Amino acid sequence: MALSPEQCAIVVLSLKVSGVAVAACLPLSFALAWVLARWRFPGKVVLDALVHLPLVLPPVVTGWLLLIAFGPQGTAGLWLERWLGLSLMFRWTGAALAAAVMALPLMVRAMRLSIEAVDPRLEQAATTLGASHWRTFRTITLPLALPGVVAGAVLGFARSLGEFGATITFVSNIPGETQTLPLAIYSALQVPGGEGAVVQLALVSVVLSLGALIVSEVLARRGGRGGHVL
Amino acid sequence: MSFDVRVERRLGDTTIATRFTSDGGLTALFGPSGAGKTSVLNMVAGLLRPDAGRIEVGGEVLFDAATDTDLPPQARHAGYVFQDGRLFPHMRVRENLGYGAPRAGGSGLMTLEDTSDFLGIAHLLDRWPRTLSGGEAQRVAIGRALLSGPRFLLMDEPLAALDRARREEVLLVIERLRDEVRLPILYVSHDRAEVERLAKLIVEL
Repeated sequence: MALSPEQCAIVVLSLKVSGVAVAACLPLSFALAWVLARWRFPGKVVLDALVHLPLVLPPVVTGWLLLIAFGPQGTAGLWLERWLGLSLMFRWTGAALAAAVMALPLMVRAMRLSIEAVDPRLEQAATTLGASHWRTFRTITLPLALPGVVAGAVLGFARSLGEFGATITFVSNIPGETQTLPLAIYSALQVPGGEGAVVQLALVSVVLSLGALIVSEVLARRGGRGGHVL
Repeated sequence: MSFDVRVERRLGDTTIATRFTSDGGLTALFGPSGAGKTSVLNMVAGLLRPDAGRIEVGGEVLFDAATDTDLPPQARHAGYVFQDGRLFPHMRVRENLGYGAPRAGGSGLMTLEDTSDFLGIAHLLDRWPRTLSGGEAQRVAIGRALLSGPRFLLMDEPLAALDRARREEVLLVIERLRDEVRLPILYVSHDRAEVERLAKLIVEL
């Protein structure tokens, strides 16, 4: 079953949206995972809940909130437009933002677990050997947490590939711009005789998602300590 | 004078307090489990902050509550051999041994090769820590501490995890360290025979 050029373009767009979403989300997720794993402060429960919000909120609500914030009248939207000349509305970049927001909780969870699994006594040993905090982080903490960080990124990528509700609410379903795999499948389902396209695109989705999950599990296991991300 | 220690620290319901002065050689902190021996080592290493007191080693003040002096562990130049080894699991033995080399600079006591020969671990350099026996891991941990340019050694029950034959092996190494390298050593143990064999001064806790 060869894919038509249009279908190939849809797959490429999906990979681009998910890739950019994960890359943009990675530093923030790691920082949040670090704060949640290592810091103690009042209001930590609230931050934890906020991070998890996209996981439990109806995606259409998340999309609507993004619309309010980044739409033409939204504060964040105006700011991006004025300072960076960037408009997210009805653009693939908006689809990437929606995917990033939806992937965030999963990425933070996986990374937090792997950071918590790093034995602080090893970091203490490094400091007695003369290592600065930065060197300890770079040579001890980060390498030991890395399998979980990569697993989190792969999981976030898989989640981004499947993003539907927030995306269609925020940036609509525009072929060639915001129509990722799930949105294309949805559109094909609306068209009489579209079943063939649905089967093909659905198969691609299954293969991509399954591949990402397996990579994620293998990486988490290589990290040892039974650090499953699921 | 090598160790001049007077510390007090409250941990939960107990208060750990000790004071001792030694003039080199091996000083043993001796007492039952839970007496706070490891806590005293951690305070000298800079990993645990005393509530009060003063710590001076080899003429350098590492901690003084009165003047609010508190050197971070990085700056204390302690060679800490932990009870559980704490080798870095993602580094081979060679990288573990060399981890403290930047602080030692060129002024290290010995080269990595000399140290490995001295400790009998030259054949282990390319191995991963998880493949080492308890005695091998403990000798690597001692080597790692020695190669970090230490001005003194802190040893926390380095024989505890070892069987009889391995104990003797590591004991001989510690005696050679004391007599040949001549670093002041602060040594924690709850075994009286061991302490009497090694120590010049025994501090009961």
